[in-house]
Amino acid sequence: MKELRIHGRGGQGSVTAAEILAVAAFRDGKFSQAFPAFGAERRGAPVMAFLRIGDEPIKIRSQVYEPDYVMVQDATLIGIVDFMKGLKEDGILIINTPKSPDELGLDGNFRVRTINATVIAKEIIGRPIVNTTMMGAFAAVTGEVSLNSVIDVVKERFSGEVGEKNARAIRRAYDLMAKGESS
Amino acid sequence: MEVVEGSYAVAHAVKCCRPHVISAYPITPQTHIVENLAQFVADGELECEFVPVDSEHSAMSVALGASAVGARAYSASTSQGLALMWEVLYNVSGMRLPVVMTAVNRALSAPLSIWNDQQDTVGARDSGWIQIYVEDIQEAHDALIQAYRIAESREVMLPAMICMDGFILTHTYEPVVLAEQEETDDFLPPYDPEYYLTVERPLSFGCFAEPDKFMEFRYMQHEAMERARFKIKEVADEFERAFGRYYGDLIQGYNLDGAQIVLVTFGSIIGTMKEIVKHEKDVGILKIRSYRPFPVKEVREALKDARVVAVVEKDFSAGFEGALFSDVKAALYNHVSDLKLLGFVLGLGGRDIPPEDISKIIERSRVVMDQGLKEEWEFIGLRGEIL
Repeated sequence: MKELRIHGRGGQGSVTAAEILAVAAFRDGKFSQAFPAFGAERRGAPVMAFLRIGDEPIKIRSQVYEPDYVMVQDATLIGIVDFMKGLKEDGILIINTPKSPDELGLDGNFRVRTINATVIAKEIIGRPIVNTTMMGAFAAVTGEVSLNSVIDVVKERFSGEVGEKNARAIRRAYDLMAKGESS
Repeated sequence: MEVVEGSYAVAHAVKCCRPHVISAYPITPQTHIVENLAQFVADGELECEFVPVDSEHSAMSVALGASAVGARAYSASTSQGLALMWEVLYNVSGMRLPVVMTAVNRALSAPLSIWNDQQDTVGARDSGWIQIYVEDIQEAHDALIQAYRIAESREVMLPAMICMDGFILTHTYEPVVLAEQEETDDFLPPYDPEYYLTVERPLSFGCFAEPDKFMEFRYMQHEAMERARFKIKEVADEFERAFGRYYGDLIQGYNLDGAQIVLVTFGSIIGTMKEIVKHEKDVGILKIRSYRPFPVKEVREALKDARVVAVVEKDFSAGFEGALFSDVKAALYNHVSDLKLLGFVLGLGGRDIPPEDISKIIERSRVVMDQGLKEEWEFIGLRGEIL
């Protein structure tokens, strides 16, 4: 079983990201579970969401304490939220930031991948809503969900032009990260 | 199977049961259930009178009135909302009206908490409602369909609440098999009450009972609860035949064969426990599915070979101990000797229950098995530094 913790701010679609990834993983033939850090969420306040993906039905109900992956949707959380907490050795941290992993200078036995998701989202979707772009990055970096499933689920959720634009943003992020580039 | 939110799964099950009247007041973390139901009604997917009310007291009163005229009624609430329904809960059960509700488990104020524990429904334990506690989202969905069959059967005629942990089950997305309308219709016949309010045949419900009659009303409620034991089993079996899924009847054992230590509990904590117990050869789990009627004989039978029983719960009676702990002890007294019983209270007000908490309870139980009983019950996960 693999565990992901998503950090974002209220309104950035962190819970939706966990949910869509759970649906996509299930479509790939895996079991999945997604849930928010339960609380009185407010727009702009730091929030978390969790995702578990496994080959067996997932029974555990506690929060995720030692994630295999951490995804940070908003670089302004750096220094505010301890998003590296519990991240496994050899785990992967995916951050939305224009900086390179070296420039971030984060210490730990984990890999850091950065992506300028805000720029991609603004350019393709027209709004700085980065959750779908980050899903593309997650799919490429971890291989836990297939690109096609993520795109299919997003298009079912957001119909028409909105769905198409989000799908393009996901694909752009996927291609960039699959090539090993930071954008 | 599809990945859906727990609240959606519950609302879907309600829809398949074709209630005539839904009456509810939104309250966290029950809100998504009634939002989904309101959407079904607005979209024409569910033909039903959805009554938005001014309070939970009114919500249950509307459900009472609807049920009394022979309608199938549904409501959902939690915590403060359930508390505000209190007097109507007793009216519904006393009038023998088979209202079904989803009671989402949340802590009671003060201090204000919107998070999960089970103090609210455990407090409603004696209200004359059947109480079934569910372990996961699939069971929350399935138990709802079962509940109407149980509640509306003429030998029972009692209201039923399906108790589901707030947030942990209502706000989680996981794979669920959603019932088909047709298979639900085959399983659940339309509500056909023997007595209901109609101008054709005037009757009085909830009449004035003088001291020469009141006790008999209460006794008959008790007899109905006793009959509900058999009905719950029968419906669980029939549900399995129809839908292929089974969660136990009044109880369900897990790993009980040869278990020296048995963890007794109810609700969603069982999921995390199963993850721990699968690595422990001599530790089993006894799930209390039906809290009322209480599975007295089943508990005795399931625990007769255990050496230590740890009752784990998210509620407690200040000045005594956890309510489930008291009930399990009471059921065993005079029947099972040479068994040590321990009580553990945890997870109050949404305190997360990491796997380590379960491991700690098993460790404590091993110490008692080797060295005998010292402390009978304790809180797990208290933060000493802020006490």
